[in-house]
Amino acid sequence: MSSATTNETPPAPVEAFAQVEQAGGPLLPLRKAGLARFAERGYPTTSDEDWRFTSLKPLADLPFLPTLEPLGQALGQADIADITFGQHDVDRLVFIDGHFSSDLSIILEQPDGVTITNLSNRLSGLENEIGSLSANDENPFIALNDAFFTDGALIQIPANGSLAKPVHLVFLSTANEASQATHIRNWIEAGANAQGTIIESHLSLGQAVASTNVVTETRVSAGANLEHIKFQDQSLNAIHLASLHSELSNDARYAFHSFALGARLSRNNLRMRLAKPGIECVLNGLYMTRADQLADHHMIVDHAAPHCDSHEYFNGILDDQSRGVFHGRILVQPVAQKTDAKQTNKNLILSDNATANTKPQLEIYADDVKCTHGATIGEMDDDAIFYLRARGLDTKTARRMLMHGFAGEIVDRIQHDGVREELDQLVWNRLEGEHHLD
Amino acid sequence: MSAHTDTIDEFVASEYKYGFVTDIESESLDPGLNEDVVRFISAKKNEPEWLLEWRLKALRHFEKMENPTWPHVKYPPVDFQEISYYSAPKKKGDGPKSLDEVDPKLLETYEKLGVPLHERARLAGVAVDAVFDSESIGTTFKEDLAKAGVIFCSISEAVQEHPELVKKYIGKVVPYTDNFYAALNSAVFSDGSFVYIPKGTRCPMELSTYFRINAANTGQFERTLIVAEESSHVSYLEGCTAPMRDENQLHAAVVELVALDNAEIKYSTVQNWYPGDEEGRGGIYNFVTKRGICKTNAKISWTQVETGSAITWKYPSVILQGDNSIGEFYSVALTNKAQQADTGTKMVHIGKNTRSTIVSKGISAGKGQNSYRGLVQVGKKATNARNFSQCDSLLIGDKCGAHTFPYIEAKNPSASIEHEATTSKIGEDQIFYCNQRGLEPQDAVNMIVNGFCKEVFRELPMEFAVEAQKLLDVSLEGSVG
Repeated sequence: MSSATTNETPPAPVEAFAQVEQAGGPLLPLRKAGLARFAERGYPTTSDEDWRFTSLKPLADLPFLPTLEPLGQALGQADIADITFGQHDVDRLVFIDGHFSSDLSIILEQPDGVTITNLSNRLSGLENEIGSLSANDENPFIALNDAFFTDGALIQIPANGSLAKPVHLVFLSTANEASQATHIRNWIEAGANAQGTIIESHLSLGQAVASTNVVTETRVSAGANLEHIKFQDQSLNAIHLASLHSELSNDARYAFHSFALGARLSRNNLRMRLAKPGIECVLNGLYMTRADQLADHHMIVDHAAPHCDSHEYFNGILDDQSRGVFHGRILVQPVAQKTDAKQTNKNLILSDNATANTKPQLEIYADDVKCTHGATIGEMDDDAIFYLRARGLDTKTARRMLMHGFAGEIVDRIQHDGVREELDQLVWNRLEGEHHLD
Repeated sequence: MSAHTDTIDEFVASEYKYGFVTDIESESLDPGLNEDVVRFISAKKNEPEWLLEWRLKALRHFEKMENPTWPHVKYPPVDFQEISYYSAPKKKGDGPKSLDEVDPKLLETYEKLGVPLHERARLAGVAVDAVFDSESIGTTFKEDLAKAGVIFCSISEAVQEHPELVKKYIGKVVPYTDNFYAALNSAVFSDGSFVYIPKGTRCPMELSTYFRINAANTGQFERTLIVAEESSHVSYLEGCTAPMRDENQLHAAVVELVALDNAEIKYSTVQNWYPGDEEGRGGIYNFVTKRGICKTNAKISWTQVETGSAITWKYPSVILQGDNSIGEFYSVALTNKAQQADTGTKMVHIGKNTRSTIVSKGISAGKGQNSYRGLVQVGKKATNARNFSQCDSLLIGDKCGAHTFPYIEAKNPSASIEHEATTSKIGEDQIFYCNQRGLEPQDAVNMIVNGFCKEVFRELPMEFAVEAQKLLDVSLEGSVG
């Protein structure tokens, strides 16, 4: 592994760690190990194959100011009344710059055994769990998160239980000062045959060049069914780095939807481990970028057991001088016979200066499998426009209709009706309002 | 499943039939790589000063480079000081003036390989340049070609006879700084073929080079340069074999193609170097750099059938520099026993309205690992660039692997790029269907595999297509999915 680092050891994280160390706590060993790992590797550069198209220079150049204490901005219910999904009947956990806000959070009655709280509130018993799913990942941002995370959501659904209503995790960044770095850690666990819908929003109230680094670990037990919708709509100055590590068990079903609309630089690392037979895993995403945004999705689906299905669908709409990056790897281990894996990445380029980079990869060591992948990059299909024009629509309407279809393909896979409808409308308004559709 | 195990084992054990060694006196350089070796090779070939300088620059650059580790292949590190960089059949006196004077043992070797070197090969209508270890031993049909103005000779001869052409084009498509093995090749290349097609000429026959590694402990480093002047056309074939030996041998070639305005080059390869045994002992390391450049309206088409080599690592590429130029890549790569292949192509779209097609068929059997790695790059100015890629993999047996690593980069909104890949195995239902109709399981597999590869074989010149099909049948003997 060639691990070129930008600086020998960025001094800032090491210095900032003193405060974390002083605070102590049961997770100190994890934090120390994380810091050591990060100090060894530093920020990745574009000479690392996994970061080839995504330069972290904007982040590496900033001093490191972790938001270990709340930034002190008082927010009321009114401030967040208008946020996306704010009107749904959901339970809500709100975090401001990585710190739990009990005033803004609403947890109504959930069935017995369901835990919905902030992670730092209920650490006992989780000391050895946190970091267990992300441990083998070399991504230095996980190491950094291990060392510095302040809080995050804890959701536990017991066996045969289900969430009474969806849980909405709201992560607000209020940073008005450049280089503030928020580190969030989530732990989600669904017991055998459990069910639930989780919505995760990342929004900015401030406009600073601040970064968010979120690591989520999800354990989905046998027969459980989890839908997870991630909506990232941070300010166009923000840097958003996320990793999701999921371990799925027998006959589990997990659908993850990623909507990457905001942030100047966003990166979603998705690591799915299909460890037992009969799993169905859907990764579904839409990225819409403009100005100088860069949206990167990087996923590895590890088929480590037979009879599992995985489907990845990622569509991108790229405008101005923005860039869309997609890396998808389906790994089929020798034991994973009867795997059915599908991967598609489609990119629509709206301007002369937008760039798409895509690497859809298959790595297959079993013979009785069905694996396909496809990728397309291009403008809107002239034939399709002609078809619609022949039926009396003008070019403008035809283009809009096709674009709607292109984005709608992804939105439609969301099972939760309310969320799907709201996102459908939002995506559409966004396209109409901000992108060059004509 | 279990019913078929025997036949799979049998298939895995099928023999390499070109594994004989020709007992011929050869002149080899002691193993080792240094400036003296480069000077020796250059002096041996009576090369002009500029070429020696170029070789030395390449050597210095090579010494600064590190062996790349990104390919999806595993092998013990190559010790470059253990290899002999020059081996040639010993010549009597000044060497043969014509094929009649060539050592009959050599001709016998090529006879065994089925390569027509003698004039009776006129019937086959193919002009052949045969390269034995480091040296070209003879080129047929020179006169006929000369009448058309076509130059077809070994590259050492071209350096003597047409230095201006060699100087103008060598290292222009693949500079010595390009990669590790290109640098090595530039420093120590010993021979290879040179083709020059003058303006407006359609080469009257197929040109062909046959490469043979014979001596032990040697590496073969040949360099091929094909220049097609404006509005010319040439079809070039390349075939390779090597004896069975327990140690690994290195083959690091460089092929450069230049297609000027409106020219067309079709380059076909049937690569059947010794693949090693089922434990992975022996076999050729085939680390090759092949690249062509297309000027306006030009076309370069690569077709390859890769059945040999312990490790194949090559990406025949096309730089589509001129407007309206076309690049094509058709490949069948078979890995059996412990073979590993990491192969694919690069299509770099620079000019407007450039088009490229990639069809790659990978077949993995035994413990073979087969990877497709490709790049489709569309530059900012490549308006209306079009690419279609298809990479299909077929798995036979459950110990092999098939991998796909495509890279797609687009910087122009009018570009249209499509990539598709599938991985599957030969279904028992397909075999059963054929059995019912009276076909032996073996024939059924051959038929299915040939059908799988049809799109590629169709692109090969006729004689080669037949050979490739046979090669695949032999390699697949006894296999049932």
